[in-house]
Amino acid sequence: MQWDWGAVADFMPHFWDGLLVTLQALALGSVISFVLGLVWALLMRAPSRFVRWPVGAVTEFIRNTPLLVQLFFLFYVLPEWNITFSALTTGVVAIGLHYSTYTMQVYRAGIEAVPVGQWEAATALNLPPRRTWTAVILPQAVRRVVPALGNYVIAMLKDTPMLMAITVLDMLGEARLFAQQNFQFTEPLTVIGVAFILISYLASVLLRALERRLVR
Amino acid sequence: MKEPASHANPPVDGSELIRFDHVTKRFGSNTVLDGLDFSVDAGKHVTLIGPSGSGKTTILRLLMTLVKPDEGTITVAGDQLFPASEKQVREVRKKIGMVFQQFNLFPNMKVLRNITEAPVTVLGMSKDEAEQRARELLDLVGLADRCDAYPTQLSGGQQQRVAIARALAMRPQVLLLDEVTSALDPELVAGVLDVLRDIARTTDITMLCVTHEMNFARDISDQVLMFDSGHVIETGPPEKIFGDPEHERTREFLGAVL
Repeated sequence: MQWDWGAVADFMPHFWDGLLVTLQALALGSVISFVLGLVWALLMRAPSRFVRWPVGAVTEFIRNTPLLVQLFFLFYVLPEWNITFSALTTGVVAIGLHYSTYTMQVYRAGIEAVPVGQWEAATALNLPPRRTWTAVILPQAVRRVVPALGNYVIAMLKDTPMLMAITVLDMLGEARLFAQQNFQFTEPLTVIGVAFILISYLASVLLRALERRLVR
Repeated sequence: MKEPASHANPPVDGSELIRFDHVTKRFGSNTVLDGLDFSVDAGKHVTLIGPSGSGKTTILRLLMTLVKPDEGTITVAGDQLFPASEKQVREVRKKIGMVFQQFNLFPNMKVLRNITEAPVTVLGMSKDEAEQRARELLDLVGLADRCDAYPTQLSGGQQQRVAIARALAMRPQVLLLDEVTSALDPELVAGVLDVLRDIARTTDITMLCVTHEMNFARDISDQVLMFDSGHVIETGPPEKIFGDPEHERTREFLGAVL
């Protein structure tokens, strides 16, 4: 086996394209999973079981079926009902939806970890329920769950290559395409491997900085 | 002297402000309050004493609507607090403030915002007015210079004084004090009790305290209620209860704590 710097140079333009797609999928997937996870967590606390049961059943189903199956379903089955999105949009929605069923558990734990005395103080001050959530409970709960949410961002990063299965050209997609066209596998795969490590590392550094800022 | 802690429309002194009629509260098979009747007159400072588990704190928690009674009625200033609709509860609750054993300040807000949050969002006070009042109250509790601190940057005693200011900011007619010094280091107790003595002396607010500080109870109380097993077994002015208790259980209890 020989290492060919020329192949690395040839691959780099494709690498940047793939990196952009991976980061897009990661950023948008994270936003969807953070927002949707919070929505699920709040709905699971609804007084009516006619809200809690369907939400519980749907999220349990999504959490316990493979992301790859969900990707195929959204990409190949939905168009049969004339619902069509681009591959990247489909991928972002699938990954965000899938991970929202994990982040909802994180939020739930964070909300439950807020001491009961905080609820009681809010009652004693007559704060309306909505204000109790937005001003007292959620700021404290979210602060607690940032580290756990960050871990899911890194997990999500490592799942983005699955989008290749629905024709998205992320970093792995670009690497595979390049490899097949040039019969050079080592260089592109090594480059994206290093890129994954660097992104993970950067994300964890950012995360720790954010944690330090939030610690009170 | 115009006192920031006093209520805008104080009830006539001496009229009945709080009334419990046959109030029963059970936790599982444990009956904490058993058909309790008692009342507190406006402007009075009433202390509840008695052994742990005798239901003292439950009375405060019932008044603050943190727990619901199983039977009976509770009335505050003529308005029913239980049974009542959620809307009515919210109205009646405006008359009541509470200070907790564990302070329960909001750790995500600075001291000033802890105090202004409810006056602004519940009473609709302007931010400027609420902040001005908050500063007056912080001055009253001796913490005028700590507006911009976060609660965790304060000692327990300071946190509790902020909590007192926060409760007073809602201009309640009744202040409930639930073992407010029990979680404090011994050297911080005096500062908190001094603030409360000051409030008791200079305002017309009605106070209902659960405390293990018998000297404090003797100082500020107009009336002391001795509880045992969910009943009031003896009541009277502090000189009587502490000096010449009638009931055998009261003598035993005071003998153990004094």
